[in-house]
Amino acid sequence: MSLLSASVSLTRYKVEGQLETPILETIAAGLNKNVISEIDDRSLEKAVGWTSLEKPYQPDFTGSAFVYGNYLLFSLRIDRKTIAPKVVRKHAVIESDRRLAESGRPYLSRNEKERIRDQVMDRLNATVPSTPNIYDIIWNYEDAILWFFSNLKAANEELETLFLRSFDLTLVRLIPYMAAHYTSDLTDTEKDILLGLTQTHFTG
Amino acid sequence: MLDVAVAYNRFKFLGEEFLTWLWFVIEKDPVILKKADPDLTSLEIGNRIVLEKRHKRSVERITIKGENAGLEEAMLALQKGALVAELNLVYRSGEQKWQFTIKAESLNLSSFKIPKTAAPESPEEMEGFILEKIFLYDKILQFLDKLYKTFIKYRVATRWQKRDISLIKNWCRSVL
Repeated sequence: MSLLSASVSLTRYKVEGQLETPILETIAAGLNKNVISEIDDRSLEKAVGWTSLEKPYQPDFTGSAFVYGNYLLFSLRIDRKTIAPKVVRKHAVIESDRRLAESGRPYLSRNEKERIRDQVMDRLNATVPSTPNIYDIIWNYEDAILWFFSNLKAANEELETLFLRSFDLTLVRLIPYMAAHYTSDLTDTEKDILLGLTQTHFTG
Repeated sequence: MLDVAVAYNRFKFLGEEFLTWLWFVIEKDPVILKKADPDLTSLEIGNRIVLEKRHKRSVERITIKGENAGLEEAMLALQKGALVAELNLVYRSGEQKWQFTIKAESLNLSSFKIPKTAAPESPEEMEGFILEKIFLYDKILQFLDKLYKTFIKYRVATRWQKRDISLIKNWCRSVL
């Protein structure tokens, strides 16, 4: 659980939009719809999905297992298989040589080579176990604020995409302008001034 | 509402000005910190500060790190027009200590450490344990939100041009 690590990274989001009531059931349905699926023994290279905070390898969103006080806690899991390019090349060359020997032709077309490479990747992916990466999420539904325990660009992008697909809600990163706009209680006039601001120079 | 990518690039300076202002507040106007969090005992610059000065086609980056590193170089960079891009801060409340690095361009936090809490002894204690962790993270996030809110309110007000800029300029000049 990254949330319980000695040192964490954290990205904050504003959640835009409204869920259908009953809210907890809608959220559970969204989580179950995109729960992580195991890809070991399958030819898939990557899987992205939701998982349980306390049992990331046995996701369970039944009842209110993801509710902790006023917060909703679950995790984003990204499973990825990594195969060294040299391993792929080795198997592709072996397979290409075998086909050339069988057909008696002097060379393979570009399409045939690409197909061989894809088949090799599928075969290797089915034998390589995936590496799971788990990123915890704390969602304060009432305040429409979400904490994501990672600053990794790729993980944040996967979160934003999967969140929209699961709940039909948009996550807005609380970067400086957005934080000023959403969380600083500015009047409309102040928001207009904010839009026109330019950088201050503290020298001279 | 601006698109996120446009807002990120166009208003990146807001985060840099915020961290620069925060450094000034820590040094010269700590009452603002106490107003943001009455539980605060102290807020200090920690083991890392990064400053950046943007030129037309390049960025000059100055990194100062280490537990007891002097901030003279950082101040010199500030005087030459650089702004704070990353700041490690140590927050204390009573005996408890929090430490984290805040990045100007995103306001993301990293190396975020909260006070240690007693580990749960049974599965039933897990929820309470997690909620306590959340409370400890939230304490800093709320503190930072209040400081950012104060900064933004100053920044869009006439006081920024009339008062705050010259105070920060004077502080920069007076240190070395």
